[in-house]
Amino acid sequence: MVSGYLIYKAIIVVIVFLVGLGIAAYSTYAERKVAAFLQDRLGPNKAGPYGLLQPIADGVKMFMKEEIIPDVSNKFLFILGPSIAMLTACMTGAVIPWSTPLVINGVSYPLQITDINIGILYVFGVVSIGVYGIMIGGWASNNKFSLLGALRASAQMISYEIAMGLSIIALVMLTGTISLQEIAAQQSGWHWNVFYQPLGFIIFITCAFAECNRTPFDLPECETELVGGYHTEYSSMKLGFYLFAEYINMFISAAIISTLYFGGYNMPLIGRFVTDPNILSILGLVFFFGKIFFFIFFFMWIRWTVPRFRYDQLMHLGWRIFIPLSILNIVLTGLGILVFNK
Amino acid sequence: MTLYIFYFLSFLAVLSAFMVVYSKNPVHSVLYLIVTFFSIAGHYILLNAQFLAAVHIIVYAGAIMVLFLYVIMMFNLNKEAEPHKDAYIKLAATIAGGIFMIVLIGSLKGVEHIENLNTPNQSAGLIKNLGNVLYRDYMLPFEMASILFLSAMVGAVFLGKNELK
Amino acid sequence: MLTNRSKVVVNKKMSFWERIYLPAIAGGLLITIKHFFRKKTTIDYPKEVREYSQIYRGQHVLKVDENGAERCVACGLCAVACPAEAISMTAAERAPGEENKYREEKYAAIYEINMLRCIYCGLCEDACPKEAIFLTDILVPVSATRDDMIYGKDKLTEKHFNEVPIKKRQTEEVAAFKAETKNKDLRHNVLGKSDSF
Repeated sequence: MVSGYLIYKAIIVVIVFLVGLGIAAYSTYAERKVAAFLQDRLGPNKAGPYGLLQPIADGVKMFMKEEIIPDVSNKFLFILGPSIAMLTACMTGAVIPWSTPLVINGVSYPLQITDINIGILYVFGVVSIGVYGIMIGGWASNNKFSLLGALRASAQMISYEIAMGLSIIALVMLTGTISLQEIAAQQSGWHWNVFYQPLGFIIFITCAFAECNRTPFDLPECETELVGGYHTEYSSMKLGFYLFAEYINMFISAAIISTLYFGGYNMPLIGRFVTDPNILSILGLVFFFGKIFFFIFFFMWIRWTVPRFRYDQLMHLGWRIFIPLSILNIVLTGLGILVFNK
Repeated sequence: MTLYIFYFLSFLAVLSAFMVVYSKNPVHSVLYLIVTFFSIAGHYILLNAQFLAAVHIIVYAGAIMVLFLYVIMMFNLNKEAEPHKDAYIKLAATIAGGIFMIVLIGSLKGVEHIENLNTPNQSAGLIKNLGNVLYRDYMLPFEMASILFLSAMVGAVFLGKNELK
Repeated sequence: MLTNRSKVVVNKKMSFWERIYLPAIAGGLLITIKHFFRKKTTIDYPKEVREYSQIYRGQHVLKVDENGAERCVACGLCAVACPAEAISMTAAERAPGEENKYREEKYAAIYEINMLRCIYCGLCEDACPKEAIFLTDILVPVSATRDDMIYGKDKLTEKHFNEVPIKKRQTEEVAAFKAETKNKDLRHNVLGKSDSF
């Protein structure tokens, strides 16, 4: 039984890992396609039908490129940087509840790697150490632009983590739990948290943009000012890891946003038509991935719409607007709980 | 199994703590300190205090150490920029460190008399029990501490105001 | 004020809705999503080719006559007309037995156009009295070396029975003019014809 359990967990870990990598790979393709479509272009369409093999071509290109390690940089830390970025990006998927459990022969198989009771905090902790990948890499490059990118990344992360944490606190006050599985289960029907926490949602999604270093908050790597930011000196697959980690982060952020605010695997009204728990579970998985894909698209949509912030504007937004707003949100949520006794 | 993990984590914690002091490059010191924090977070998990472990990583490894690293990178502190310390200061530091070590050894001397080192309640570190303790038994100090933090945060936001006269 | 479109800048205080930026961002998102579904302006180039202009000027061709003999007589007028000085040639006299190769007694032994210098103005074509050189809608391919870009007769001369169409280059007016002057002797330096000598 124990070994069966371990095998089952190993299988689900491998599946989540591979799906995450696959979605991240195709996010690079989707990003280029979406960017092209939003700008009246066609985008990559030469590799395979509709350019669908483009991620593979990119991956091969990344592997084949010459690997350059600057002579004066610290070699160990230089390699450690992208490794940490990739590791932390892949670690977050462990607590996301992908769907309701599958029941086969009376045995319940939860579609989640682990339901630890500190789910949100785990995500938060992993995200907060993710910045080390950028900082260490930027510092070890021994390049002024890289260092500036690393500094920007750290200051930005710290600033937006506070607002993000405070907006989550309001959510936790409402749900009464920090296990992602329970939060997702609570939002069945129309009880999506976004309807109860609209302000918190806006703060959270903006901070998620900042934490993922996505435009309009991509100051650590803004090519117009810093050449390539923290990855100026990187080449070959180490650069690929940084870029890839960003897309995995985007996928995980989309998953977390849909779990926390958009009901996770829940879909309103679906319970009226389907009653079999296994079919419901599969459908939940489909809905969840639909939501995730929408948010990945939303990330890209924002990227090609909103221009980059200036650095002082970024800090102004983080410290003087979002932190007071999220404290206000906590107070409002407390009042709401008091009045409606939810 | 748990015992071996404990020994491994303890070894890692002590070794990296030693390396914090030993390494000449301040950035390396900070990185070793982060390793120390992680191994301590591992100890928390061994004690079944997941909440403490997570908060420990978020606050120390995720925030404070990032700020440390930020400052060190910002001022570009490295071997060449390190101010020269003369022999008296080194001697004084050695004596002070030695005395501190004696104090530590002295305080650990009576450790075999402490019985029942294991926490009686294995789930004491879980978030529900921790919340109950904090919000029931230690309500007042906890709220006072949180108001202190809130005022610190308001102060930080206020300092960011550029029209400050 | 030349146009009425210029706007006077006013530093008015933004209203609350303007200050929270979210409506502006939503408006921006609306604009970009409209473009998402719009017809794309890019074409899938090698598969689809945009329509060329009727008088597109591309690579040159040296025409042959209906028997496959080269029309060029190496008079050098094209080289003189060329503003970029891209054309150079060496003339040679036709040997007996070469009548099917060269139409007239003199021909160009070497005829070279430097495609890097050429500005595709088409003046060579206007200058040519023998209708030997024309610009076509063939694209000049890129090359890795400068030497490859100097096109000799091997690349320029068209093959007999495989003529490069230049109909498009001849607009109705040009064709009419050429038809009208076909049988006229346009040579002005023939002894006895000109009154200047």
